[in-house]
Amino acid sequence: MNPAPVLSEKIKRIITCTGAAILIVSVTLYLALPVVALFLRTTPDLFFSTLSTPEVMSALFLSLSTSVVSLGIVILVGTPFVYVHCRNDYPGKVIIDTLIDLPLVLPPAVAGLALLVLWGRAGLLGHYLSLFGISIAFTTLAVIMAQIFVASPFYLRQAKSLFEQLDPCFEQTARTLGASPLRIFAKITLPLTANGLISGAMMTFGRALGEFGATIMFAGNLPGVTQTMPLAVYVGLEGNLAVGLTISILLVIISFAIMIAVRLLARWEAVNV
Amino acid sequence: MFDAAIRKKLRDFSLDLAIRAGPGEVVVLMGENGAGKSSVLNIISGLASPDKGSIRLNSTVLFDSGTNVDVPTENRRIGYVLQNSAVFPHLSVRENIAFGLRARHKSPVFIKEHVGRWLKVMHIEDLGDVKAGNLSGGQKQRVALARALVIEPALLMLDEPFTALDAENIQLVKELTRTFVTEMAIPCLIVTHRMSDSRDVGDRVCVICQGKKDWEGKPENTPAHMCRCGDV
Repeated sequence: MNPAPVLSEKIKRIITCTGAAILIVSVTLYLALPVVALFLRTTPDLFFSTLSTPEVMSALFLSLSTSVVSLGIVILVGTPFVYVHCRNDYPGKVIIDTLIDLPLVLPPAVAGLALLVLWGRAGLLGHYLSLFGISIAFTTLAVIMAQIFVASPFYLRQAKSLFEQLDPCFEQTARTLGASPLRIFAKITLPLTANGLISGAMMTFGRALGEFGATIMFAGNLPGVTQTMPLAVYVGLEGNLAVGLTISILLVIISFAIMIAVRLLARWEAVNV
Repeated sequence: MFDAAIRKKLRDFSLDLAIRAGPGEVVVLMGENGAGKSSVLNIISGLASPDKGSIRLNSTVLFDSGTNVDVPTENRRIGYVLQNSAVFPHLSVRENIAFGLRARHKSPVFIKEHVGRWLKVMHIEDLGDVKAGNLSGGQKQRVALARALVIEPALLMLDEPFTALDAENIQLVKELTRTFVTEMAIPCLIVTHRMSDSRDVGDRVCVICQGKKDWEGKPENTPAHMCRCGDV
């Protein structure tokens, strides 16, 4: 037996393993350290005492309520929209496909400015609304509209992919059995795609909760009216850092919970469906 | 009585076929993969539209390009078992069979009675509450057959119903199909690529090649070389 090649193999393996370990540890640290730093910068006492302050409670309530409303609208309007879009061919379908994806690559600040120049008091449509005394920009409604614009692609893309991948034989069979399109959608398509849709909804909720750029441009930063949690973090940087830290930690916990829920749902689906 | 003459331009060739089947008669459509067999069933069921032609079922015109008649799929009263049975995996066996009756707004008593009868007839009484996604291939095929027949169709169509079944289930599904078609006196079209299937259940064989009828006759007379249909 020749010991040299064996030694060389061993060294090669040690180098490969060390390289892989360094890569995994460095990427993990890069992603985890900023989050850890947030938790280390505060104390449990400070966190809980700041949590009950009016600024934090107001931002928390506003963010949660607007995100829930945004998500509800995205689900109620988006689900049938994507279904109709997927099941029909019509002129300009490719353009609609691109529009669905556009907010994902558009800088949120640009999205906010776009909403402002459309719905703002001097905007393309806002100008006419203002004649009737209706103002959208810098209201809670503007927060919801900004969240829908920025976060809806997460749900719409997921729904589109699910509806397109669903084996057409189920819907076709249901048709031959005499079911109306509405019944097929409610009894076949929705249940067969429900888990994936819930995952998409969770991601949309998380994105709406963290929305900053479009909101500050279109809705402003009015405490209790448009100051959502990310905006309160920004304000906290200039004033009370403890408020910023507390809200940031809350957002980290919520985001983590959403990601874990999505993973658990995917695992459950893989086992049960 | 079922009678159809259809024409449709498919991707690689034109489908041009006349086909008929009497009450209680099983017509087997054979041909290679991609010969247009499934397209024929999809057109008859209304899932696809022909470019030209007519489809009649008993006294009802389901499609007529001349008079612009095109009855929607959901109103055609055709029991159609697609390839791979397509049972609804999220519903129980009972709910699968009841689906067509619920779509037709039948009363709960009627649905319970009919579903119970078909569960018994198909020997799947003990599977009523099992999710269809958890069934074996043979059980799925029986559920699909019961689901198609419970609506009392005027025509039964089965697309490759014996593929992916073990020998025992093939025999059982063939016997059940034959029995119900005779008892209900409805025409039946079965798509298969195996000659043994046509001999076991068919009254007449129609060999399709590139969308055209290549040969028609009694199963036992089918020439083995017809359109290179593989026998098993």
